Amino acid sequence: MFKIFNPNKIFSVTSKAPKYILFIFVIVISIGLMEALIFSPEDYKQSHSVRIMYVHVPAAWISLSIFSFITLLSLSGFIFKNKNFFLIAKSLAPSGLVFNIIALVTGSIWGKPTWGTWWAWDARITSMLILVLFYLMYLIAWRIFEDKENVSKITTFISLVGIINVPIIKYSVDWWNTLHQPASINILSKSTIHSSMLFPLMIMTAAFALFSLLIFLMKYNTELIKIKNKGLDRL
Amino acid sequence: MINELISMNGYGSYVWSAFGFTILSFSTLYLVTRSQYLKEKNKFVAKFGALDPKKSEAAKSQSIIKEILSNNQSI
Repeated sequence: MFKIFNPNKIFSVTSKAPKYILFIFVIVISIGLMEALIFSPEDYKQSHSVRIMYVHVPAAWISLSIFSFITLLSLSGFIFKNKNFFLIAKSLAPSGLVFNIIALVTGSIWGKPTWGTWWAWDARITSMLILVLFYLMYLIAWRIFEDKENVSKITTFISLVGIINVPIIKYSVDWWNTLHQPASINILSKSTIHSSMLFPLMIMTAAFALFSLLIFLMKYNTELIKIKNKGLDRL
Repeated sequence: MINELISMNGYGSYVWSAFGFTILSFSTLYLVTRSQYLKEKNKFVAKFGALDPKKSEAAKSQSIIKEILSNNQSI
């Protein structure tokens, strides 16, 4: 069923794809940066500080999506007994962690002019900080445990516990009284953000998604070569 | 125009540092990932070169090994 995920078959694609993804990423991020820093309007309340949204929000979205993917892939690895799912999940984690850190740092920078503080133990900020800890635990587990059977069990356990935090992050602004405003972009109902701000936000999200795809492919290729390196030792 | 873009009504330091941090993080992650990839690939090429001809022929029958040894995967 999952022959399409056979590393031997897909390496010819994954090894050539990064240079094309990098090329598209450079074009999309250039358009996104011009839109975000020059063409998009300032906010009537937050003035130019609203521009931080164009890096903060996509970074948070992508880090949450990557963690959800990691959990789904880890679980699928167990259900379908496919080790490649674990390899894909492992290769996704570094970019997820970096996006999570970007969301926290840029959020902190945005907090100073908006709320008058760099940090607050607000429900959303705290739950995002907890997600960083889960990313770290996940990546450290891959480093310290040698046995492949054990490491896939441990990392799946970490991702399953960590995924509980994802809906908490999403709905924290509705469940608790926080400094964050409720979601401005809704898939099921009308978004409250103006199209002049929505467009650059979507472009930047596309650029960030392309960058995470680029890093994922580079990591995945590295992991495959590592496996083949071990294979040469056994020859 | 340029001054306005830099100062952004007094919010320039916040906006530019947020974008600067993002670009710095992207560059670092890209360079670290690339160096790990190249290190692993060079290790593989060196190991493959040290194999005796019989073993290297056997290994070369795998398409993935041919791909790793080819030079068209520059990133």
